[in-house]
Amino acid sequence: MKKIILALLVVTAFAFTSSRGDGDKIPSSIVKKLDGSKINTNTFSNGGKPIIISFWATWCKPCKKELDAIQENYSEWTKETGVKLIAISIDDARSAGKVVTDVKSKGWDYEVYIDENSDFKRAMNVNNVPHTFLIDGTGKIVWSHNSYTEGDEDALYENVKKLAKGEALSH
Amino acid sequence: MLKKYFKSSLTATFLLMVLLNAFNTKAQSISDEVNSVHGYFQIDAQYYKQDTLIGAPIVPEKMLSNAFGNINYTKGKFSAGVRYEAYNNVMQGFDARYKGQGITNRFVRYQDQLLDITVGNIYEQFGSGLLFRTYYEPGLLFDNSLDGVRVISTPYKGLTFKGLVGKQRSFFTVGPGIVRGFDGEWNINETFDTLAQNIKTKVILGGSFVSKYQPAENPDFVLPENVGAYGGRVNVIRGGFNFFAEYVQKENDPSLANSSIVGGKSYFSYQQGDAMFVSTSYATKGFSILLQGKRIDNMSFRSDRDASLQNLLINYLPATTKQHTYLMPAYSPYATQPTGEVGGMLEVQFKVPKGSVLGGKYGMDITLNASQANLLSPIHIDDSTTTSKLYRTNYEEFGGELYHDFFIEITKKFSKKFKGTFMYSNQFNNINIVQHNTPKGPYKNVLASIEVIDLTYKYKSNSAIRMEIQGMQRDNNDTLNLGSWVVGLIEWTPNTHFFLAAIDQYNYGNPVETLKLHYVYFSAGYTSGPHRISLSYGKQRAGIFCVGGVCRTVPASNGFAISITSSF
Repeated sequence: MKKIILALLVVTAFAFTSSRGDGDKIPSSIVKKLDGSKINTNTFSNGGKPIIISFWATWCKPCKKELDAIQENYSEWTKETGVKLIAISIDDARSAGKVVTDVKSKGWDYEVYIDENSDFKRAMNVNNVPHTFLIDGTGKIVWSHNSYTEGDEDALYENVKKLAKGEALSH
Repeated sequence: MLKKYFKSSLTATFLLMVLLNAFNTKAQSISDEVNSVHGYFQIDAQYYKQDTLIGAPIVPEKMLSNAFGNINYTKGKFSAGVRYEAYNNVMQGFDARYKGQGITNRFVRYQDQLLDITVGNIYEQFGSGLLFRTYYEPGLLFDNSLDGVRVISTPYKGLTFKGLVGKQRSFFTVGPGIVRGFDGEWNINETFDTLAQNIKTKVILGGSFVSKYQPAENPDFVLPENVGAYGGRVNVIRGGFNFFAEYVQKENDPSLANSSIVGGKSYFSYQQGDAMFVSTSYATKGFSILLQGKRIDNMSFRSDRDASLQNLLINYLPATTKQHTYLMPAYSPYATQPTGEVGGMLEVQFKVPKGSVLGGKYGMDITLNASQANLLSPIHIDDSTTTSKLYRTNYEEFGGELYHDFFIEITKKFSKKFKGTFMYSNQFNNINIVQHNTPKGPYKNVLASIEVIDLTYKYKSNSAIRMEIQGMQRDNNDTLNLGSWVVGLIEWTPNTHFFLAAIDQYNYGNPVETLKLHYVYFSAGYTSGPHRISLSYGKQRAGIFCVGGVCRTVPASNGFAISITSSF
């Protein structure tokens, strides 16, 4: 029995090993705005321009480094490509209260939502934070990246520019 | 019996997924809805060497591994998923009851505007979790998912009702108790959106009821088979202000977690429990202040009265202390005391603006944080007619100090290439209670001064060298607590795919001369998109590892480790 399950699992896994870049729409999950209201993630849009979705947490140092690094050039990015960054906090009850204070004191200009029950995190198959996704103008998930090292933001922006021009992406 | 049930239901789920997949491909062309199969997996393995000096034991298997894989299938309003976990055998530092392999999670879900129905393993949270929270944290092997049914309904805008029933996961089976929960939330502004458009104050109210049932089979005690818990919450938001408060109560719930041993005999507590959590903040661009407080009295709530450690918890009691990520400040983390504690935290964060004397060209971020936790001050009332031990507490009096942390952190970018973080923390920790749950244990209280310097030099657009220096000064005569430490770390990322790191933790302050050891550890990794592989080799000290507020103890180890994570 166990072997059958395992075999099925492996087969299914291999059948779909194409990475998150195969153009699925954003799945449906309910996340919370900073004003307490709820929104369905399948309504995320940016008027035909690309979207960056970044999963982060207030206790995650590399996440905050990445978002700080992007913030430095964010106004240029939006001017040049129209891109919008949606930051999804996976903080739980302990630290969810810190999301708004972190975002404001850091001066981030992003759209921020709290995924307190990790519903969206599970739907997007995020294991560890930071995990970043790129959504093209038609709302399809075309690229993803796990972890952050210095300079990742430049590679991300190269891809955003390609998306804005309608070119193919590299990983 | 349970195993059998698990397996058959799982096969059904799988067949359903495969079947749906088959006619999926046909439907694809005519529909624009989400239609996908995705997942992620993680494999960790370690080869252990015995090291008597650091206390790394002989591991008979020599190599241990933890692995899991998740697959989720989504088609429009329908979704399903399974998770397979394998422990051959479980790695050091985890509960040994994780033994073997199997399917530990499977669910089927349907969502539309009005209804959201899930059967299978459910993750849910009511309010801040004081009454109910099920979640999964693979890094800690924490999973208290509810195996049962959940219905969420939004009959009118602003109104959300949730109802659920089931049993909780306990390793490869489920716990003995049935958990039933109901939660209602009302976002008043959303309900009256047309009328309330110009009202800047937003109000959200909520209330929950959770009850558990477990047969009482112990003839020596009169045990309640049903235990109810209930509470309410309020969230008020106006501009930069945010106020959240939740208060909950639990009926008498005698259990292993709140029992006490007096004169060699174990007594159950028939005391009621309650908990309060308040979080209030003000935030504006470049400045924020956060004040949190909580009080917990006898609120360990589990679906098995005999469960211990992190097993079968129904609720979640958040700690109101700073969550540290650097090694030394996180050396002795705080953990909420479910039997009783009162605590609070104040945090101020601000940005020194660009162009000012202190701020320089890029500005400077400053965080100040002070947190404290104390015991309650219970007054015992001996009740001679029953075996119950009852006590009284009041809100004005605190007991002894459990923990404090006074913290400052400065982050500054000096130039395009060079930036740094500087941190100082002063921590007090009652190790006996906070980490070992033994009020009269052998450990001394620890007072530590901790400093961290973290410098990053980005010498090319995607190449950087990062260096950390950390110090922790503690009482050096304290053999059990190992005294003072100094840490050096260097990390090189030649491009965005690779990293190489070396870390040396030196226990220079150990009172035993032969135990003044260097714990040297090397690691290297490769990342490509959502795939990551890392290798490490060296000595790790015994410690406490925390994610999102839950901690586990990790024993000392010496050896080679590999970790692979991937999502697709």
